[in-house]
Amino acid sequence: MRDQTWLPAFSLWQREMVRFVRQRSRVTGSLLTPVLFWLLFGAGYGGSFRPAGAPESSSFEYFLPGTVVLIVLFTAIFANISIIEDRREGFLQGVLVAPVSRLAIVMGKVLGGATLAILQAVLFLAVAVATRSAFSGGGPGPAGALEAAAALVLLSMGITALGFVFAWRVDSVQAFHGVMNLLLMPMWALSGALFPAAGAAPPIRVLMAINPTTYGLAMLRHGLGRDATGGPAPALAAAVTVGFAVLAVTAAVLVASKRRKTA
Amino acid sequence: MSAVLETRGLGHDYGSRKALDDVSLTLAPGEIVALLGPNGGGKSTLFRILSTVMDASRGEATIAGHDVRRAPADVRQALGVTFQAPSLDRKLTVRENLIHQGHLYGLRGPDLAKRVQVMLEAFGLTDRAGDYVETLSGGLARRADVAKSVLHRPRLLLLDEPSTGLDPAARRDLLRLLQRTRDESGTTCFLATHLFEEAEVCDRVAILDRGRLVALGRPADLVREVGGEVVKLTSDDPEGLAVAIRERFAMEAVVADGEVRMEREDGAALLTPLLAAFPDRILSATVARPGLSDVFFRRAGRAFEEGSDA
Repeated sequence: MRDQTWLPAFSLWQREMVRFVRQRSRVTGSLLTPVLFWLLFGAGYGGSFRPAGAPESSSFEYFLPGTVVLIVLFTAIFANISIIEDRREGFLQGVLVAPVSRLAIVMGKVLGGATLAILQAVLFLAVAVATRSAFSGGGPGPAGALEAAAALVLLSMGITALGFVFAWRVDSVQAFHGVMNLLLMPMWALSGALFPAAGAAPPIRVLMAINPTTYGLAMLRHGLGRDATGGPAPALAAAVTVGFAVLAVTAAVLVASKRRKTA
Repeated sequence: MSAVLETRGLGHDYGSRKALDDVSLTLAPGEIVALLGPNGGGKSTLFRILSTVMDASRGEATIAGHDVRRAPADVRQALGVTFQAPSLDRKLTVRENLIHQGHLYGLRGPDLAKRVQVMLEAFGLTDRAGDYVETLSGGLARRADVAKSVLHRPRLLLLDEPSTGLDPAARRDLLRLLQRTRDESGTTCFLATHLFEEAEVCDRVAILDRGRLVALGRPADLVREVGGEVVKLTSDDPEGLAVAIRERFAMEAVVADGEVRMEREDGAALLTPLLAAFPDRILSATVARPGLSDVFFRRAGRAFEEGSDA
């Protein structure tokens, strides 16, 4: 039997990379927009902002991990919008009739999203370090960098796969905007990216506690050597982040495997 | 030789609407068969079932001996599909599209590179191999699309209205390429179309109307069955004219697609008495040898253009 998973997944992943490079607008959307947010929030709050329970740190420092998660989120959104475009433009139908496992289709997309998110995040962090707007107290050690990278990969796989579950069923980009605004953006806003759980109203704290992004962000913060400011413990954060990635990828494979009974 | 495609009592419902009803047909290796029918006649439904993206409500279908429902992976390996809209990635070059396609079918390395090169040459795409698909004309993009569909040398190639948006020259070009692919690789082609001239040049034609297979045979045989000549008259009042002809000449005359239609052994001989009898009511008259449109009329009991939502 021919390989129906990893060679096709590799090819689909490669296609994601090539398309990203050839579509300059995607770089703007998924990298520059978060950077702009970071500059606005960082400079806007300036010295007047100190999160409840947080140690003394500049607002640029505080918003840094959240900005990285925003890069992950935007990359995942673009990756999923391309599923809808591929369906509309006809490319996807060719993949669906090929002897390719549905896991390959999901992995091509999810690993593509993860790779792009990592590359952009590293670029962003490099710029932050070079401009001395972050890591004034020194960068993370090898273990921390590894933890941060793992957090990024897992979180972007989870979010991309979660988006995939919805993008697979909708047939227009407009419909996906609803998913984006009602699910994905709130997941980011309530992850501790904008404000720590410690000072939030009780209902918001509940939402933050059940939001998987909270744990991914906490894992990332811990890896980057930042205090989680009242967030989940590192071990719990890592466990939930792994679980979320596995569950979301499984859900995406199940959705993609369902054969349609109607047109 | 064993059948490349065989369906038995294939049927499909969308809710209470029967989109496909009791379709049984067999395709032999190396045949080019047209699937002719009006839009909404069930062609796309049949193709969706055969290409394993949708399960049929009833009946069975096998491709290269594999059941489409139970062994979709084997069916997909034996099958190539050209869709109504090209399934190329417009942001990739022609060559990149072909290499990607090869990966999906488990091909890789030098073997794949060689096969891509052969395919580019066979389809006259060598000069444009490095160009983005979005820069190709419709005809060239379609050629690249078909090259992509046959790269893994499928036993059966399904083509869903591949000439949509092509000019007549590009359409003929496409058929020639299919014939050559068939001659070189023995690929059976099953080509959905709503164009009579496209169906006429195929080895056989299957006519699908309102989900039912109403004819299956060589175009010449089907046309011969109609026989004689077909006389068509246009009129301001076709219904009234048909009634008048039936009364006056004691012969069959029906209205189809806004025209009065008669089948006669010698149509030309009928024209003079007709024009003499109704000089003011006949706007124009034509006599022609029957074609597939007349086969459709006879088998489906209505004109092709009258639509399918009956």
